[in-house]
Amino acid sequence: MAAIVGYGAYVPRYRIKVEEIARIWGRQAKSISSGLNVFEKSVPSIDEDTATISVEAARRAVKAAKINPEEIGAVYVGSESHPYAVKPTATIVAEAIGATPELTAADYEFACKAGTAGMQNCIALVESKMIKYGMAIGADVAQAAPGDALEYTAAAGGAAYIIGKEGIAEINETVSFTTDTPDFWRREGQPYPGHGERFTGEPAYFRHVGTAAKMLMERIGSKPSDYDYAIFHQPNGKFPVRIARKLGFEKKQIEDGLLCPIIGNTYSGSAMLGLAAVLDIAKPGQRILTVSYGSGAGSDAFDITVTDAIESYPRQGIRRMIEEKKYVDYATYMKFRREFE
Amino acid sequence: MGVARYWREIPARYNLIGKKCQVCGKVYFPPRTICPKCRRKSMGKMQDYKLSGKGTVESYTIIYTPPPEFEGKAPYAIALIKMEEGCYLTGQIVDCELDEIHIGMKVEACFRRIQEDGKRGAIYYGYKFRKAES
Amino acid sequence: MREVAIIGIGMTEFGELWQKSFRELVAEAGVKAILDAGIEGENIDAMYIGGMSTGRFIGQEHVGSLALEVAGLEDLHIPATRVEAACASGGVAMHQGYIAVASGMYDIVVVGGAEKMTDVVGGEATNILASAADREWESFFGATFPGLYALMARYHMHHHGTTQEQLAMVAVKNHHNGSLNPKAQFRREISIEDVLNSPIVAEPLHLLDCSPITDGAAAAILAPVDIARKYTDKIIKIKASVQACDTLSFHSRSRFDSLPAAVHAAKKAYEMAGVKPSDIDVAEVHDCFTIAEIIAIEDLGFVEKGKGGKATEEGLTALDGQIPVNTSGGLKAKGHPVGATGVAQINEIVMQLRGEADKRQVKGATIGLTHNVGGSGGTAVVHILEAI
Repeated sequence: MAAIVGYGAYVPRYRIKVEEIARIWGRQAKSISSGLNVFEKSVPSIDEDTATISVEAARRAVKAAKINPEEIGAVYVGSESHPYAVKPTATIVAEAIGATPELTAADYEFACKAGTAGMQNCIALVESKMIKYGMAIGADVAQAAPGDALEYTAAAGGAAYIIGKEGIAEINETVSFTTDTPDFWRREGQPYPGHGERFTGEPAYFRHVGTAAKMLMERIGSKPSDYDYAIFHQPNGKFPVRIARKLGFEKKQIEDGLLCPIIGNTYSGSAMLGLAAVLDIAKPGQRILTVSYGSGAGSDAFDITVTDAIESYPRQGIRRMIEEKKYVDYATYMKFRREFE
Repeated sequence: MGVARYWREIPARYNLIGKKCQVCGKVYFPPRTICPKCRRKSMGKMQDYKLSGKGTVESYTIIYTPPPEFEGKAPYAIALIKMEEGCYLTGQIVDCELDEIHIGMKVEACFRRIQEDGKRGAIYYGYKFRKAES
Repeated sequence: MREVAIIGIGMTEFGELWQKSFRELVAEAGVKAILDAGIEGENIDAMYIGGMSTGRFIGQEHVGSLALEVAGLEDLHIPATRVEAACASGGVAMHQGYIAVASGMYDIVVVGGAEKMTDVVGGEATNILASAADREWESFFGATFPGLYALMARYHMHHHGTTQEQLAMVAVKNHHNGSLNPKAQFRREISIEDVLNSPIVAEPLHLLDCSPITDGAAAAILAPVDIARKYTDKIIKIKASVQACDTLSFHSRSRFDSLPAAVHAAKKAYEMAGVKPSDIDVAEVHDCFTIAEIIAIEDLGFVEKGKGGKATEEGLTALDGQIPVNTSGGLKAKGHPVGATGVAQINEIVMQLRGEADKRQVKGATIGLTHNVGGSGGTAVVHILEAI
């Protein structure tokens, strides 16, 4: 189909613990952490946003892949927290990596699967020979209303993927399952999203992720035990574990790609950062299933096989990057999120 | 600030593109139209040159009283940085404890929000610096 | 080139002068100087007025014409020009006036400087002052004006061992002098502890290391020496008037512990005047921040490079020291209405050389020097005056 030529990832340095957020709202931290399987989440610095995170991830991808950025023919940034409602993040990134001016670009929005939608588009452009390389980025500085359940998980981070003909991993197949399911949304002009609480479970996340995964395995004729790794979108640390079990995957297949417990839900970055963590350690010949989920709703599933070329690729070391962190208190967290402006 | 004024400086502010004098080889950042050493000999001979982004702190200060555009962001560090290419520039240092900053510290450029033109205006991005990954 | 003298001076008090508008400040200083010189309006051939940012402080450009109108001299249709070089606007206006008279183009020239800084709020004033720095490559990234001098201070402390206390001593000395100056904005003494306990503005500079926001105006009347005696006995000759410039941005300088423009201007001024640094009896230097005075006394050759802090500590520049510096209280205590400063410095030296400095008088002062700087050193103006 097409291949991943390179990847780059970035998670901001700052963290806030679930127990700190719970402290402010008078909730029981222990039961929240164990209920969500999330202990802390990443917080963007006051001068970071989806554009800056996208640029950092994109620059790392270009550097590691050692490609000429001028040969990138398309840049797509998927996010639900683009800095502008009108004016694409993609052009800021394209300029900052030296890909301008001969390329196409646009921003994507599909809740947490905006980045993988961009990946699918790049695959099509590469396959049709319209472009040599395409870059798809999933990045977010997710918003959550203070005091809302989502506040414990809405985090910041992003990953960039360079798609081309050949690379460090072959994308064998991709399928999507899409319906109009209003489980989570944010209205135009509103700072915070709304959601259907328990409705975001079975009819939304589980239906779409489960069906997309099954559709893919059926199309390609595979079963869970054929995969060395499985990565599912991570709105918390529990859903991906549950869907994995439901589909017949084992805990050890999903462990390496599960970042949510230590960085929270990076929304459009979630599945793509999980995949980056796996590519950081994957060996040639290993097979990866990745299924994203975007509220509204839809899932993009990918069947990936790692090639020999990964041995000479400078791995991003995302887990090491995540360990370089500084904790902030709730007031600092609010200040960094520019809630006081 | 008008958008045109910001847009013109994007190559320099996003990608640290300065100028190299083709006559004497000196690198200038921020970009200069004329090399002060070669003067008229350098006219038309100043070529775009991308800095590596790596530098060393030559001096620094911590700003506690910010200008209006940076209200709410203080305290922040401003440094005089000697870039690898020999030229100096002025920029913020981020992502480290303020008391970690010292003369001689190795830094590298990163991409951050610098300012914005109120709630309705444009957002201005540019370079800041963080501790270099050795 | 003719020899030029100062035949009259005048200035308003400096401070937060809520009752006085820019126009009233200009009128007051100008009239005082004209009366002091004993000239008539008809004698005036040209006006130069220094003002850093009248456009942003009071929304008014074309201030030359305004000054003429305020002076009531419009029927003479003389040329009136606003001069701008950030904080050196006043000094450069003096230099322009000097050139005008020395060249023979004009005989009697009024040089003034004024700034009305309190019609805008503090944050806006700070923003306006930041336009003395490089807008695109310094201010854009959040470097404030005190921030740039703080970079100088940290560098000087690192390379020459200057201490926080030595910086504070500059402020203490200048406040002491200011307490003896009825026109000064601050007339109270302060201690080193006061300085070190004041809020930090930009490390290592504290609030009391920084000159204030001030309203004020100052003026001087220039005339060729050969006709000066017609008007007054108290003639002060301008032995040297030198302006030098350097890069706008601090990071492009050739040195970070000195202002090369000031060094150059001083060198040329000493040559022009035929004197050495040790001949100077009293000096007004540009202490926009305490570190600026320490660097200034080095740049002017009063002490070796790097020894400015030590020298201040040892009292070299005190009122009763070997070379009294900033007897007026300096920018720190007298105040710093930006465009007026250069001309106010001239006012102080003229008073010293005439023996009119009262409690601040340096005994037997015959040769004085002024040092006025724009921005972080992009412009420097040095004048050497002698009582004849």
